[in-house]
Amino acid sequence: MNAASPASPLLEVRGLRMHFPVSEGLLGRKVGDVKAVDGIDFTVRRGETLGLVGESGCGKTTTGRCVLRLEKPTAGQIIFDGVDIASLGGKQLQALRQRIQVIFQDPYSSLNPRMTIGQIIAEPMFVHGIEPNATKRMERVHELLTICGLNAGFADRYPHEMSGGQRQRVGIARALAMNPEFIVCDEPVSALDVSIQAQVVNLLEDLREKFGLTYLFIAHDLSVVRHLCQRVAVMYLGHIVEMADSDTLFDNPQHPYTRALLAAVPVPDPDVEQGREFRPVKGEVPSPMNPPSGCVFHPRCPMAVDRCSKEAPQPREIAPGHMVACSEVKITG
Amino acid sequence: MSTTVPTMGLPAAVDASLALRPTVWMRCLRFVRREPLGTFGLALVIVMAVTGSMAELIAPYNPTANDFSAMTEAPSWAHLLGTDQFGRDLLSRLIYGARTAMIVGLSSALVGGVIGLVLGVGSAYFGGLIDLVMQRIFDIVMAFPLIILALAVVSIFGTGVQNVIIAITIPLIPRCARVVRSSALAIREIPYVDAARACGFSHSRIILRHMVPNVMAPFLIMITASVGQAVLAEASLSYLGLGVQEPVPAWGLMLQGGAEEYASTAPWIAIFPGLAIMLSVLGVNLFGDAMRDTLDPKMRNR
Repeated sequence: MNAASPASPLLEVRGLRMHFPVSEGLLGRKVGDVKAVDGIDFTVRRGETLGLVGESGCGKTTTGRCVLRLEKPTAGQIIFDGVDIASLGGKQLQALRQRIQVIFQDPYSSLNPRMTIGQIIAEPMFVHGIEPNATKRMERVHELLTICGLNAGFADRYPHEMSGGQRQRVGIARALAMNPEFIVCDEPVSALDVSIQAQVVNLLEDLREKFGLTYLFIAHDLSVVRHLCQRVAVMYLGHIVEMADSDTLFDNPQHPYTRALLAAVPVPDPDVEQGREFRPVKGEVPSPMNPPSGCVFHPRCPMAVDRCSKEAPQPREIAPGHMVACSEVKITG
Repeated sequence: MSTTVPTMGLPAAVDASLALRPTVWMRCLRFVRREPLGTFGLALVIVMAVTGSMAELIAPYNPTANDFSAMTEAPSWAHLLGTDQFGRDLLSRLIYGARTAMIVGLSSALVGGVIGLVLGVGSAYFGGLIDLVMQRIFDIVMAFPLIILALAVVSIFGTGVQNVIIAITIPLIPRCARVVRSSALAIREIPYVDAARACGFSHSRIILRHMVPNVMAPFLIMITASVGQAVLAEASLSYLGLGVQEPVPAWGLMLQGGAEEYASTAPWIAIFPGLAIMLSVLGVNLFGDAMRDTLDPKMRNR
């Protein structure tokens, strides 16, 4: 797709849609759909980190869950290493699950409170027969804990005996247990203290280099995304509005929503922040059950013209590798 | 300008001996100290269990042996609780009756509870149509009061200890399943279940290893409550003549027949079995309540 990068795509998502039916009453009569993800396309190249940002409820987590196949998408293709996994089932799906893993946002609820850390990390290796020997499996657990910056002695502990940062490291160790190629990081640091965030972000970065991992990094913290991701996709109400290299997107945002999102980040200098003109996006995010016609952002867009409410803008490449879904943005490169 | 994130190195490994997990004994002691009523209930249950299981050693007489020389005798040193209209020793019958009550109460509560546990967690886990159909079936079963449904089942299968157990188990299943399902629904949304699915575990592994252990608290509470209900239901069925049959000693049965006839002249025939039923159900319920408080995570460590 992009000539500048020789790496082949590991994950290619085409026209992904995830609609949740809303039913009412005793008989479950369907009254509508929540269009959590409404037709998105993106690729993740082998070895890169793609950031997926957007405000709460924009569908970024649902996108991650579809890629993990925790949800069965309503429509679209999810091509992982050449195979469409959107409709896989049974044995093939089980095999796939070894290759795609997940790190969850909340380190408090993502570990089973009734199991020790050792059991939690060893279980996937046992189930998939990666390490059938119990002694060796425990050695591997200790190794994984050490890799993730924890003492091997933690294996005998229960999750409630650990801190948030330690638990998140356990979550990472569990994800690594099956030697995956691709990890969906669903806001892995947003529930952590700032100092711990930095440690976990650096750990993720180190692991990516060490094991050649590919990440889909879902987040709303833009500074973390800029630090960790090579490319970034911005979502709004189930659509990707802009996607570009990390530096391009942060230095030269084109879509009015991306601009508003970046402008909303406070500058860490009180003098600059005081003098900065701040114009928040007007209005509220519309309901995904009943999204606006045409461009979903048009009711809140400062650049909106007549046709924005009529036709939905298709993503266009305005510069190499820079996709924008806005009909008002000029092609620059 | 790229954002710099401070590198902090890895945290110093914490010594693994920090957290002291309370031992089983410490927990028991704490239960006794915090829940005096529950401990009293537990004591009643233990007395009932011990007398029931060691009836042969404790009972002074054969519970089914008639003694026509000592009919409707008042409590005395020879017969501590007196005798009934056939001269059978009431204390011995009560002790053997405890065994019947234990067998029926425990087995129907356990069987009904475990079936309800699996159905409830399964229903919550699979959701959708399976859940809907199962819930409607439970609604139908629960539309009948426990004792009426048990009566209907007994009248189909016939009387006897085994059939009474079946008759009481069936109405207990949906009651337990419903409580367990509501907890399981909440647990299904917790990320560790998603994590288990993302690891490619089988449905049975997720249900048995990841969901069932986490609904144990409401399940245990349900089981204890069910034991009380089952003991009461067994007594009621036997009293109505549709439960355990003579001459097997059962508390409900002891309230029937002679007890009504001699209520004014030999009240002990009715009083003692009635007391036994009351105390056992009270004991089970007190213990169940205390356990609910103890197992509630909000009450723990306080």
